Amino acid sequence: MKRREFLTTAAVAGAVGTVAKTANAQEITHRIGVAIPSATHGFMGGLNFHAQDTIKRVKETYPQLDFVLATAGDASKMVNDIEDMVATRDIDALVVLPFESEPLTSPVQAVAEQGIWVTVVDRGLSVPGIEDLYVAGDNPGFGRVAGEYFRENLQSGQKIVVLRGIPTTLDNERVDAFTAALDGSGVEILDMQHGNWNRDDAFNVMQDFLSKYSEIDAVWAADDDMAIGVMEAIAQAGRKEEMWIVGGAGMKEIIGRIRDGDPQLPVNVTYPPAQISSAIEMTALGLVSATPVSGRFIIGSQLVTPENAADFYFPDSPF
Amino acid sequence: MTDTTTTAPQAQKRKLNFHLLGPLFALIALIILGACLNSNFLSYGNVTNVLARSAFIGIIAVGMTFVITSGGIDLSVGSMAAFIAGVMILSMNSLIPIMGVGVPVIIMGMLIAAISGFAAGWLNGFLIAKVRIEAFIVTLGTMGIYRSLVTWLADGGTLSLSFDLRGIYRPVYYDGIFGISWPIIVFAAVAIIGEITMRHTRFGRHCSAIGANQQVAVYSAIKVNRVRIATYALLGVLVGLATIMYVPRLGSASGSTGVLWELEAIAAVIIGGTALKGGTGRVWGTVIGVLILSLIDNILNLASIVSPYLNGTIQGVIVILAVVLQREKKTAD
Repeated sequence: MKRREFLTTAAVAGAVGTVAKTANAQEITHRIGVAIPSATHGFMGGLNFHAQDTIKRVKETYPQLDFVLATAGDASKMVNDIEDMVATRDIDALVVLPFESEPLTSPVQAVAEQGIWVTVVDRGLSVPGIEDLYVAGDNPGFGRVAGEYFRENLQSGQKIVVLRGIPTTLDNERVDAFTAALDGSGVEILDMQHGNWNRDDAFNVMQDFLSKYSEIDAVWAADDDMAIGVMEAIAQAGRKEEMWIVGGAGMKEIIGRIRDGDPQLPVNVTYPPAQISSAIEMTALGLVSATPVSGRFIIGSQLVTPENAADFYFPDSPF
Repeated sequence: MTDTTTTAPQAQKRKLNFHLLGPLFALIALIILGACLNSNFLSYGNVTNVLARSAFIGIIAVGMTFVITSGGIDLSVGSMAAFIAGVMILSMNSLIPIMGVGVPVIIMGMLIAAISGFAAGWLNGFLIAKVRIEAFIVTLGTMGIYRSLVTWLADGGTLSLSFDLRGIYRPVYYDGIFGISWPIIVFAAVAIIGEITMRHTRFGRHCSAIGANQQVAVYSAIKVNRVRIATYALLGVLVGLATIMYVPRLGSASGSTGVLWELEAIAAVIIGGTALKGGTGRVWGTVIGVLILSLIDNILNLASIVSPYLNGTIQGVIVILAVVLQREKKTAD
């Protein structure tokens, strides 16, 4: 127990950097706990980057605020982190991206019942009404925006393949909205397989799609990590000219290529990892001012085109 | 009495053969199934794809065969591969200003990969043999360490090889000679050398002896610790070699590189007929095990007869069946 708290504190001190210094310099009036999954893949890496970046920025703006950041590799570690924050760090608000909805619901509910402000990010809890503020990307919108682009840019009878993510509700919502948007267009979905939001898996799945189908006009890779694997497989098969690819989530390398007008990557659909910044900023604003911030804030999925790509390019982010 | 003694070894020999060939039958059955389901299955392109993507796990699994045969286990190979890939990419990128873009940088990168693989494997072996910690615990620990180190190196994102270098390095995965790509050639070479080492060298026999009975091996004047460490160091070098073949494929490494490779490698070794408790090792069986595992994925993608949600179920069933096929014959007597 002791050691775990020590480690969490050490990690926080290391990540935020200047906790002790600011604490001495200024009277702390509010403390915000931030619990997010650790950086295990590209999107979460970006989210971790934006969380640390935002905490640094908000602390400069509001020196009376203090932050406790904890990253967890699994749901039970996240529950422990949150319990520690409440018990030992006396937080006034919690910003949490639940690792999984079910196991985090009652611990977060317990936090809310103690009168602590709760902001839930991205993944909803399984009981509605616990959180004061809900900030999330738009999953059905993510699929719909991509689907509409395919509908507008393909003729009836043209053929596409789809790479899905890890089997989850989130993935289902995206894919359902995508297929709904294509409904009635005559565009044929040849196949859908899970690439697990992973470059290597997507590479293998796309190799097999290419062996199986002699005619593919476009690929919905649904994620930029998967798009990279897909592009390599297509290049290996020497079929670059035949099909274009739409990824998603706005990885900087992909956005860069869209900006430069790569014909293989015409557009991208955003699902910003910086949504954690919106959540932290709004929570901080609610604590230091009378600005009303409760409710639901859904960040729309936007279509990135060569014209507007520069607005979505963050050179410092690892994602 | 005399009758039974003369017939017993013969019967045992026949059964042993069948037991030996179990995984091979499973592989042939899978190939026939695949050919029936999709006419492209046996096409040159598909066969090359499957063999080339088997190469990473395959090269690692050959090394794993030696570790398991001598009674050990290594859970860290997947994370180690990701870590080595990260180190290799970072050092090649930082060598560009000094050495310029060219083949020497790639060769330096390869050397670094091999050396870090050797060091990482040797460290596992040292902790297991000299410090006497359970192999399972040591490698579980290093598994976590390497995984988090690569995530840290990549700052939670992805490490990418400089674009100019990729152009030079890319052929190592995608090109080859006589239409056979390099990963396949390297995998085949590693498998053949591994098979010879296991069967015809002192090192191979020592591995079996230690795995069968460590006490007896000590009394037979085998330098148990040295052989133990050597198996882990060998596995480490092979992980480095697998990484050398892996990096040119996508030119990147991240926290999700090589996830679950250790379990795939261990599964391939066991499917191939090596005993998990050690004592007997079969490198050619391991190669078949690796091919079975990657064929299952390939067939499921090519056929799409079942919901993709069930892919894991089918993989599990085939893996268990492949092992049952050989075990049944063994326990029948």
